[in-house]
Amino acid sequence: MAVQQTGGEAQQDAEVRELAERLAGGDLRAVARAISLVEDGTPLGWGLLDRLYPRTGRAQRLGVTGPPGSGKSTLVNALAQTLRERGERVAILAVDPTSPFSGGAILGDRVRMTAATRDPDLFVRSMASRGNLGGVSSATYEASEILEAAGYDRILIETVGVGQSELEIVELADTVALVLVPESGDAVQVMKAGIMEVADLFVINKYDREGGDRLVRELQLAMELSDWRRGGAWAPPICTTVATRGEGVREALDAAERHFAHLRGEHQRLTQVRAQKMQRRLRMLLNRVLLRHAWRDARIEDQLEAALARIAAREISPYRWVQEVLQSWRRQGEEQDG
Amino acid sequence: MAEKIRILVGKPGLDGHDRGAKVIATAFRDAGFEVIYTGLHQTPEMIVEAAIQEDVDIVSISVLSGAHMTIFPRILELLREREASEIHVIGGGIIPPEDSEKLIAMGVGAIFGPGTPTGDAIAYVRNWWQKRAAGAQNA
Repeated sequence: MAVQQTGGEAQQDAEVRELAERLAGGDLRAVARAISLVEDGTPLGWGLLDRLYPRTGRAQRLGVTGPPGSGKSTLVNALAQTLRERGERVAILAVDPTSPFSGGAILGDRVRMTAATRDPDLFVRSMASRGNLGGVSSATYEASEILEAAGYDRILIETVGVGQSELEIVELADTVALVLVPESGDAVQVMKAGIMEVADLFVINKYDREGGDRLVRELQLAMELSDWRRGGAWAPPICTTVATRGEGVREALDAAERHFAHLRGEHQRLTQVRAQKMQRRLRMLLNRVLLRHAWRDARIEDQLEAALARIAAREISPYRWVQEVLQSWRRQGEEQDG
Repeated sequence: MAEKIRILVGKPGLDGHDRGAKVIATAFRDAGFEVIYTGLHQTPEMIVEAAIQEDVDIVSISVLSGAHMTIFPRILELLREREASEIHVIGGGIIPPEDSEKLIAMGVGAIFGPGTPTGDAIAYVRNWWQKRAAGAQNA
């Protein structure tokens, strides 16, 4: 058994090495495969992330979030086109929701991403949220690391259409653009929405529609009233665009550049912010691994069925049962240690 | 986390009838697949590029324009050029039976004509997926 395991590990190492080499050499199939492996949470995927980690840290991650229908995909497409004109290698991760009922998803962001035809320096990948509620999928960050290691300078991350609380993009992106439309609402709505606080810049898209100027004024007022410029220094600029015609896109990109320059500038803000995010990330990754192992080691799944019957018959309370599972798991750990 | 079947649904050519593609995309989603929907007016080059970047298992295209005898072979050819022949190609639309036979001989997995219950296409995909998984295990 042990021998077999070692053989398996050696084989996996070889596969990881081969895939990492192809990926570094610009093989798009390898990049695409690697993202799938990471998305499916396979050991091969983890091995690959481990191997590629030293090659990450240079790219800029620009998050684009906003309510459904605000034009995120169209804007991302226009931003990508502009970046390509400037000679940068661009990757897009576009997240759409997974149905909680069927587990399936329709990932339709490519419909708007007309820039992605046959340009090897523009890579577009659609991701399903797969049950994650934060507006991205739990593997979106890992996918961005794969893309970074494959040499993409700029990674655009488009979230699912968000309401007021899907804020995970903050943990993934260096710069977050919040896309709104003139209809996005009155000042009250603006002030109560949690998503307003994640914005490093605001983009009022579809600015040719009525009400654009009003929204700009309301945003300005709301910003004056609140102190959401935590840490001071950076006041989120308000950009106006008509993404379908490419209007204002360059200016929005420049605003994102200024934010990134601000992060990279004095006081090593970027290093600090990334360290804070990494701390939260480590907790999250460890939680994920611990949970999986605890469930497996304590054979919790096997006990669930029997527990349900006892709980329904009021023989045991859910609260007592949870404590018992915890105790049996601990005893098991002690026995293994001894 | 379990692997998901990823399937590209696209609509090549110049005609604007995407109802069939939308129906099958929705059915595939409801079957639990991840559907990459590329929309209308896709060239075979665009479809193959998308299939590769998205790392799909299957490409499913709908052709109603009569151009099926050029579009399907071109997609198969491009997949071979990109060393991506393991991506399975299926299709639907208005395609005469004798052409269907020719396309299947060329390497298209299945052709579903008008009025095919969506359940047939779903069953076909699941069956293909299971066979492939079994093949990978035996290898």
